[in-house]
Amino acid sequence: MTDSDSPPDLLPLGVDGVLVRFARHMSEDANAHALGFRDLVQDAALPGVTEVASSLVSVRVGFDPEKTNRSTITDALKLLLTQHKTTNDSPRRLWRIPAAFGTDFAPQLDEVAALAGLTPQQAVAQIEATQLRVIAIGFAPGQPYLGMLPDHWNIPRQTALTKSLPRGALITAVRQLIIWAADAPTGWRHIGQTAFRVYLPETSTPFAFEPGDMVQFQAVSDTDFRAIQTNTDTNGGATCEVLR
Amino acid sequence: MAILTVHTAGPGLTVQDLGRPGWKAQGLSTGGAADPVALLEGAALLGVAPTDAVIEMMGYGGTFSVDEGMRFALTGAMMQADIDGDPVLHNTTHFLPAGAKLTIRSAQKGVYGYLRLAGGVATDPIMDSRATHLTAGIGARLQTGDALPVGPDPDRVRAPQKLTAADRFSGGTIRIMPGPQTDFFNAETIDRFCATPFKRSQSGNRQGIRLEHDGAQFGISGSLTHVSDLIVPGDIQIAGEGVPYILLAECQTIGGYPRIGSVIPADLPKIVQAAPGTPLRFQFITVAQADTTATSQYAQLRALTKMCQPVVRDPHDIADLLGYQLISGATPGDDLERP
Repeated sequence: MTDSDSPPDLLPLGVDGVLVRFARHMSEDANAHALGFRDLVQDAALPGVTEVASSLVSVRVGFDPEKTNRSTITDALKLLLTQHKTTNDSPRRLWRIPAAFGTDFAPQLDEVAALAGLTPQQAVAQIEATQLRVIAIGFAPGQPYLGMLPDHWNIPRQTALTKSLPRGALITAVRQLIIWAADAPTGWRHIGQTAFRVYLPETSTPFAFEPGDMVQFQAVSDTDFRAIQTNTDTNGGATCEVLR
Repeated sequence: MAILTVHTAGPGLTVQDLGRPGWKAQGLSTGGAADPVALLEGAALLGVAPTDAVIEMMGYGGTFSVDEGMRFALTGAMMQADIDGDPVLHNTTHFLPAGAKLTIRSAQKGVYGYLRLAGGVATDPIMDSRATHLTAGIGARLQTGDALPVGPDPDRVRAPQKLTAADRFSGGTIRIMPGPQTDFFNAETIDRFCATPFKRSQSGNRQGIRLEHDGAQFGISGSLTHVSDLIVPGDIQIAGEGVPYILLAECQTIGGYPRIGSVIPADLPKIVQAAPGTPLRFQFITVAQADTTATSQYAQLRALTKMCQPVVRDPHDIADLLGYQLISGATPGDDLERP
């Protein structure tokens, strides 16, 4: 990591926001900075701050321009940055989520495995063996970006977009996995399927994940997966273990 | 509870309010009315809470009735309207008697019109808001035959008001501020962007609108491998083929396409209300200049409330004249609510 060694950029993002950007390119180090700094800013409860959101490598601090202003917020963030260090915090929660990788549910698994230099069985085994972090939530409500898979998973997005994918689809690009939340086109490749809903708007806890959560996928047969799909007692058969 | 019946629905009717702020971290954009100024104008006219929900109408209205008479106002896009044939003025308080048919036609100027009933649409809130968020799958477009609960008019005998709304329907020069990715573009591209006459294209919705122009596309300098980052409404995103899109209320929260700048909130209603073909140009202002335009919705509402003026009406034009308390100088104010 070269560019997170330099101090982060403090930049305007809207008339009511400051973006603290730790790098211009994705890295686990920059992501750890972003998630850790988000927690630090939230805990600081600065007067006039309305929301603190993190992305892969940055944190946006939104403020109420009637209660504070950009220079006050910028000064406060600079002070917090002097206290901030990458803590590499251990995750607070571990999710275990069943996923199907059989012929009916993983139309691009063979293609992705070939691009990664693996057999499909090896690809699934590596996904199962990797504990992935929720490195960001976004694009669509509750949708997690999960990372990072080993280097040979650094597969570019496809140039043509896949028109639509089923909710819960497991898709991959650039060493990351996403559990697909939206009915929208994507350039990522479809390599598995969960019955997990990342977003339940009509419940008291609408969003499943927090940034920093750990996720581990468990391969199940297509037959077992169909049974999970029809069982509405659980959210796609997932379990969530609180670690700390 | 009163019921609003949708006898005919235009294709773009949704229930809206000021949206769901504070969920960006979870991937949910604020949403809410495409033109929040129009929401505040209606609240100022009727003297009701700005957080009450309204009907947003994209391009075309519909036919409506209520089973309990109440005041209402039409704001935002200029849409011809009548109550059983009697014309309804824009930006003016009117009374919709029980059972009368309010017909709202296509937009003559602007895109998004608003029907605010004094009682407010009282559908069940989801995550503390009634706003339909189509891209997030919250709520759905209204359909012919829908019936919606509406609260009671809090002040049915309040004197009618009118308001001269700021013209935001004909495009023009839009102020934009720099953002985190402005310097991904070279100076030549930024200058050309500001010198280019654009038009709002046919393509657009609550998530964003596309711009069109003659001449070369707008490319970024340097690497295309930068990481996806946070978005705010108003951001001007240059998509893969070099075409600019302006992101609106229902935008995605994170995106990978670089953003050349951001339309300031004060000018965003001009983008929202620009019908296809409307001319638009962009002018960068400094961050400090942009910050001086920042204001809260409550401050805007206070300013609009001060701008409201009483409507002086000819008694001949008042269909429900006997519904008003005309004699006594003092009333409890709830005369019409009493059995």
